[in-house]
Amino acid sequence: MSDLAITPLYDLHVELRAKMVPFAGYSMPVQYPMGVLKEHLHTRSAAGLFDVSHMGQVMLSGPSWEAVALAFERLVPMDVLGLADGRQRYGLFTNEAGGIEDDLMFARRGEELFVVVNAACKAADIARMRAGLPEEIIVTELADRALIALQGPGVAAVVEDLDPRAAEMRFMDVADLSLCGHAVWASRSGYTGEDGFEISVAADEAETLVRSLLEQRDVAPIGLGARDSLRLEAGLCLYGHDIDSEIGPVEAGLTWAIQKVRRAGGARAGGYPGADVIDQLFEQGAARRRVGLRPEGRAPMREGVQLYDAAEGGAQIGNVTSGGYGPSVEGPVAMGYVTRPQAEVGTRVWGEVRGKRLPVDVVPLPFVPANFKR
Amino acid sequence: MKFTEEHEWLREEDGVMVVGITTHAAEQLGDVVFIELPEEGTTVSKDDEVVVIESVKAASDILAPVDGEIVEVNSALADNPGAVNDDPQGEAWFFKMSVSDAGQMDEFMDEAAYQQFIA
Repeated sequence: MSDLAITPLYDLHVELRAKMVPFAGYSMPVQYPMGVLKEHLHTRSAAGLFDVSHMGQVMLSGPSWEAVALAFERLVPMDVLGLADGRQRYGLFTNEAGGIEDDLMFARRGEELFVVVNAACKAADIARMRAGLPEEIIVTELADRALIALQGPGVAAVVEDLDPRAAEMRFMDVADLSLCGHAVWASRSGYTGEDGFEISVAADEAETLVRSLLEQRDVAPIGLGARDSLRLEAGLCLYGHDIDSEIGPVEAGLTWAIQKVRRAGGARAGGYPGADVIDQLFEQGAARRRVGLRPEGRAPMREGVQLYDAAEGGAQIGNVTSGGYGPSVEGPVAMGYVTRPQAEVGTRVWGEVRGKRLPVDVVPLPFVPANFKR
Repeated sequence: MKFTEEHEWLREEDGVMVVGITTHAAEQLGDVVFIELPEEGTTVSKDDEVVVIESVKAASDILAPVDGEIVEVNSALADNPGAVNDDPQGEAWFFKMSVSDAGQMDEFMDEAAYQQFIA
């Protein structure tokens, strides 16, 4: 275990009797004694606290907001310049082939851009930003900050009690709050489909803050196992599984994240890696599409299950990229890619599990309606 | 009750062996969400994969502990797989099997030896 990094909350996880597993080079809590199933349901009904400090936090600064935003638009197909102060967006780093190198959140904090990237990609992302941004843009990895997510319908009351300014925040707003005496950067967002906050705090204050938050009503620590089933039910992509360097935003159904101003014909169209490929796919449609998949029986269909267009024989038309049991759905749920004719909601396909073809229906995402504060 | 290194238990009842997984195994698996049981009447050899058990985390195979025939399965588990977490060494047995070579039972552990094995 000595080659694994730890987060500022490692000792607390161990004290809370978490089962620690290696994840993206970190020793992370996959579950606490409550167990994945109950942790998942607790988050959907009350309030879950997640340590996501393994994710990369990066600040971009430069001579002006305009300079920072326009520079960042050379790396992502999003409208960065149009982001109002105190707002956050979901983004993608793309490559020249039109594939996705990572997904991320970016927020405007005054004249600066605060970026949160996946743990497994953060070294590459930081290198990409340092190489791809002009010299005047300073890329600072905020390695001295922890990141905590509070998710679930009970979170709003808890956070608003601690700092009433939180009540004014809507989905994807960011603001500075003071929680239990700690100055934090909060965003009203998360990755579970529930209302909640992601909270960036100085690493050396993280444990004290989390201990205080865990004393609030209904707040329980939740591990990566439930984080995965929550985001799957919410229809959200996990990088390296549902999206990767060979899958683009059109195939992945993430075109909503590419604002019109960056698409062909827009005022700041193109100018990011793979723009020509992605613009062409916008026009033509992709040959395969990410879809929701609902197995008919009880058997979970996990990542790698091959999908066919017939119960016997036929052709392979896709595969599962994320799948398992959805505790809120009370049955198996999955996401995957299928060829365009099969991507229509209502299409019946078959997944091969242990040599048997089992029926599965193409369904709309998410599996559980989003519960954001709009 | 006898225990195997594969974390199964066997309990003799009316001349057949009732087979399930241990409390320790159930804890390691986490919340069980799916169980596929064998057909009654299936002839099995030791180490054949006879049961598929899926938890929220992963799929695992349960192996036949000895040679014999599956004479009965606990079909209630299909609708209530969570019983494996609630009562793994009682209500949540998987199947009953006849044993064709009783000598294969000799290598199994008693409770004390199993507790030492997992310690």
